[in-house]
Amino acid sequence: MSLVGPLLLATLLFSVGVYGIIARRNAVLVLISVELMLNAVNINLVAFQNLLFPAEAAASGQLFALFIIGVAAAEVGVGLAIVFNLFRNRASVDVDRVDAMRW
Amino acid sequence: MTGLDVAFLVVALITAAAAIRTVTSTNLVHAALFLAVTLAGIAGVFLVLSADFLALVQLVVYVGAVAVLFLFGLMLTRAPIGREALDSEHRGLALGVSATLFVLLSGLIIAAFGDVRVDVVDGPRTADLGLALFRDWVLPFEVLSMLLLAALVGAIVLSRREDGESGQVEDVTPILLADDPDDPDAGDVALPAGEGAEEVDA
Repeated sequence: MSLVGPLLLATLLFSVGVYGIIARRNAVLVLISVELMLNAVNINLVAFQNLLFPAEAAASGQLFALFIIGVAAAEVGVGLAIVFNLFRNRASVDVDRVDAMRW
Repeated sequence: MTGLDVAFLVVALITAAAAIRTVTSTNLVHAALFLAVTLAGIAGVFLVLSADFLALVQLVVYVGAVAVLFLFGLMLTRAPIGREALDSEHRGLALGVSATLFVLLSGLIIAAFGDVRVDVVDGPRTADLGLALFRDWVLPFEVLSMLLLAALVGAIVLSRREDGESGQVEDVTPILLADDPDDPDAGDVALPAGEGAEEVDA
């Protein structure tokens, strides 16, 4: 099969994630967009490992993808905790309005 | 165009459409559900690429845990629904940046790999993954487990209430907005149930 397909899909997901991060206001939706970008990287890693170098590099591509999944899970946990804290303090999760470093 | 190409095309179209709906949907819960569809579609892409273990991990961790976590996050923050509330005024800028990025990257990819066609052989088996993980990648694996532990503790510490408030959910809920800086009167309502707070602390 063609190598371009997975790479283009990953590019599209990454661009969509960039759009979501800039355009969305809700902090939870920004986190969702970050997840899209992380998954785009995973597709690239698996495509290069399984299509170009199937028997080399000790499966590093798939293992990197596994590590990214684990790190992303940790990131979601801490990120949502921060969002809840923000919501408790400001009664809003609008990232455009959270611009004060202290008050 | 082989059968595998067709399968990939179907899965990729579903994934791409769901991803675009994820960032454009005006309903928060729909956005989270479209994220779940996107992640399941990516698991399908992994299957087409013959990475079956990774596809199952993707289903269990992302669709099973992360998407549900996002749904809880959306419901607990009670965010408003509607395009004006969800999208900032930077939408045009965002569209420009992401479209430019997509055109640049895809042009680069097509120029570099446009004529590469490969036969999908069986990728690394699950046993190979396990061997590589615990032979070559043990240290990163252990570091990742420490990171997950730190994230667990950090999430609990961050979302914990201040000292002594933990047992007072019913009393505390009305004063959640008490320290909203936009509302100067809100602070006066604070702590009607002072007698309960010290007991929990002690």
